Amino acid sequence: MSALENVARNEEGFLANPADWTKELALEIAQEAGIAALTDEHWKVIDFSRANAEDSGAAPTLRQITKGADVPTKDLFKLFPKGPAKKVALIAGLGKPEGCV
Amino acid sequence: MSDENRKIAFICSKGDLDMAYPALVMGWAALGNGIDVTIFFTFWGMDIINKKRQNHLELSPITKTSMKMSLMGLPTGNLGIPNFLSILPGMTAFTSWFMKKKIAEVHAPPVDEYLEMLVDGGADLYACKMSADMFGQTMDDYVEGVQDIVTAGDFMDMTEGAQIVFI
Repeated sequence: MSALENVARNEEGFLANPADWTKELALEIAQEAGIAALTDEHWKVIDFSRANAEDSGAAPTLRQITKGADVPTKDLFKLFPKGPAKKVALIAGLGKPEGCV
Repeated sequence: MSDENRKIAFICSKGDLDMAYPALVMGWAALGNGIDVTIFFTFWGMDIINKKRQNHLELSPITKTSMKMSLMGLPTGNLGIPNFLSILPGMTAFTSWFMKKKIAEVHAPPVDEYLEMLVDGGADLYACKMSADMFGQTMDDYVEGVQDIVTAGDFMDMTEGAQIVFI
């Protein structure tokens, strides 16, 4: 029984209510996005993004993540392949990043 | 999700500072959204990948009709920078400095760093053979991440199925 089935999400898969987010949900969303397991490196990015969003009110952009969480761009694209901007925000239970860089 | 990944290719043909950014911004956004990115540099756009030139791209006030003095915080409405001022030594340096400042204000990195981000994110960069021959350049002139010097025909082959943006 998947916990994801019981939460409301929009058509792109983002949580309708960010307060629903749990670590278990994060893992399920990650698996749905093709990431089999969440390692400490993934969590470093997710935790940073959530903390950043709490301060700014919006999901961080990729450059804010690489600079703020000190994760090289190459690693970020390996950790969240094929579209890290959207995937990080999805898994971290945030909205789409509101910036271009 | 479709199996075939969306592909986008940019042709960068301009070497002005302001014309370097569209492909950088959109290419980075594409990579962030999981889209394959190829960039072909040609003619003056070769400056964007040229080690000696990429951090010295400039913006002349001449022909930039949208660059009004009001951008600099002056209460001058729609008045442009008078063309006769544009011929003064140092004007291009000034407007280039000013535009770099505006770019930094929105937290966009300088050209070299931006391009490096795109390479790290998986963008494929190519230099135009005709331009390389014309300017007498070799792979040694280009920054890391440029994969090869290719012909226009090669570019057409490698971008089959891609959406192409000419800048």
